[in-house]
Amino acid sequence: MKHILAKKNQILLKELVRTDFKLRYQNSVLGYLWTLLRPLFIFAILYVVFVKILKTGGAVPHFGVYLLLGIIIWNYFVEVSTGSVAVIVAKGDILRKVNFPRYIIVLAGSFSALINLAFNSAVIAIFIIISNTQISASVVLLPLLIIELFVFSLALGFLLSALYVKFRDIGFIWEVCIQGAFFAVPIMYAFSFVTNKSELLGKILISNPIAQIIQDARYMLISTKTETVYSVFGSAWAWLIPISIVVLISLYSVFYFKKQSPYFAENI
Amino acid sequence: MGDIHSAEIAIKVTDVNKTFKLPHEKTSSIKNVFAHAVSYVKKRRSFEVQQALKNISFEVEKGEFFGIVGRNGSGKSTLLKLLAGIYTPDSGKIEINGRLTPFIELGVGFNMELTGRENVFLNGALLGFSRKEMEAMYQSIVDFAELERFMDQKLKNYSSGMQVRLAFSIAIRAQSEVLLIDEVLAVGDASFQQKCFDVFAELKKKGTTIILVTHDMSSVLRFCDKAMLIHNSKVVAVGKSPKIAEAYLELNYENTEKQRTAQKDQTDKENPYIEEVRLIEGKSTNEKTFKTGEELTLFIKYKNPNKIPTHFGFQIFNEAGVYCFGANSLIDGREPELNEEGTLEIRFVAELLPGSYYVTVASMNDTATKVFSYKSRAVDFRISKDTQLEGIIMLPHTWS
Repeated sequence: MKHILAKKNQILLKELVRTDFKLRYQNSVLGYLWTLLRPLFIFAILYVVFVKILKTGGAVPHFGVYLLLGIIIWNYFVEVSTGSVAVIVAKGDILRKVNFPRYIIVLAGSFSALINLAFNSAVIAIFIIISNTQISASVVLLPLLIIELFVFSLALGFLLSALYVKFRDIGFIWEVCIQGAFFAVPIMYAFSFVTNKSELLGKILISNPIAQIIQDARYMLISTKTETVYSVFGSAWAWLIPISIVVLISLYSVFYFKKQSPYFAENI
Repeated sequence: MGDIHSAEIAIKVTDVNKTFKLPHEKTSSIKNVFAHAVSYVKKRRSFEVQQALKNISFEVEKGEFFGIVGRNGSGKSTLLKLLAGIYTPDSGKIEINGRLTPFIELGVGFNMELTGRENVFLNGALLGFSRKEMEAMYQSIVDFAELERFMDQKLKNYSSGMQVRLAFSIAIRAQSEVLLIDEVLAVGDASFQQKCFDVFAELKKKGTTIILVTHDMSSVLRFCDKAMLIHNSKVVAVGKSPKIAEAYLELNYENTEKQRTAQKDQTDKENPYIEEVRLIEGKSTNEKTFKTGEELTLFIKYKNPNKIPTHFGFQIFNEAGVYCFGANSLIDGREPELNEEGTLEIRFVAELLPGSYYVTVASMNDTATKVFSYKSRAVDFRISKDTQLEGIIMLPHTWS
């Protein structure tokens, strides 16, 4: 903790995030405007495909916004976890010649994605207002949900990036995992599709922290009819399942990253 | 052994060991993975342990300019990375008293896609400077690097010399008490190197401790107060720079000696050939170490079965392979040798400066256009270090 707060490390973190943004929008005519345009265009396509053509939403109210909210949370998760996989190896040249806390590299990627999430959230906020959704009083808990998302994604980022230094197979394995998870998480479909078929499957899927976060966010911002851990299990204690998954993965990831990071320079 | 907390010690290394695991076979292609599917999992686990450093202990006093010297692969760069905290020792302790520069090389972390200006701030961040602090020094960095006109261009459009200048100008802003340098000075032209050395002299005056890793003895002699010689992963000697430079030369000398005896010479028994070459000092001893200005005699014994008219020549090279001097009997106006066998003695004054030298001897036809046989590195000798003069040859000179 002392390290994270050290002024030197904060400066480096800020500069790395800044560089990341600069490089991402370099040589593009519209530049930073793309942070807003990109989600808008993607939303438009998904809206047409899933809301107007496929109609996967069933009876879910405001399915367009419902879909978009799921997408931005999912995109953040993918950006941080997948983006972290090769990040340590990619910075190998610097790691072998400069000594600075290695976690800053992963953290920088995570903050950079967080800024993107903020832009996306601004876009979705407009849609929420236009759609006049039913915002629940539980929305006060939204910051906690964002913290959970941030911690879980970052933890996986630490774990994957450290594993990748030793086992390059991780890149391929994670790609497959993400593809599978995309369908296991209720992003493109209403969760009732699953619970109507099998209650057990519903319980398993909602125990995934990402599914839990997406459903909770929808409950808070769009409709209290959204199925959450509470409605699937019938007990508020059930929230402990995804939360303990987050806690356990985070603890292990930090432990593993801390143990491996002194040897990154020689193992890359 | 001093205590690290005492004010005088900047670096204290105690019994440090470092090994690297070198995997035996890295199966990289998919085809290989399938072809050796059974042994693949096992193979990943098999590796060779390479001991890079063995029981290294030394200390560096505050304000010292300390050299770490050794041949390629001796472990000196590994040691520097351990000091910088980039590698972690297997065992032993490294204590550093004072703020350390985090880099060991110039221009690390430069991004080619960013402009010079943006890179200044990024590099500054690696040194721990905030944007505000960097803005305050920005102008002096640019001035020192002499790159005013190029700051808004992308780094990929810079020449390598420009990049080094920029990197150096930033690096010297680091207010570190301990500076680690890994032969950075090999890059850049002579005038830039001079600029670097001027800065080091300045830093030294301010009491900065500097560690220089190099195999260039002349920079060790010029700058380092003390040095340490590493050979085969171990500390061989620590002491004053001239003593260490001497030890280093001796080490290299022993090595070339070994190589030489293993080397076969080109001899053709039909043509005139050289049977023996020796070097004798004026007073004749078996010593191979001489003093600058001493008179030496090169003794050549040859056989010439077919009595072909033959000239002989010799060449002197230094350890870096620089051709220092050469002469042959034709140039020197001697008649060609016609005997079936004989000996020749060439006396010369070794007006050479300290270092290792070797002599190559050859036999040639009467016009010195065709070489019959030669003995490369026929003899080695060393000029001992009892002068502070620099270079290869001794020029008699006077001041007035």
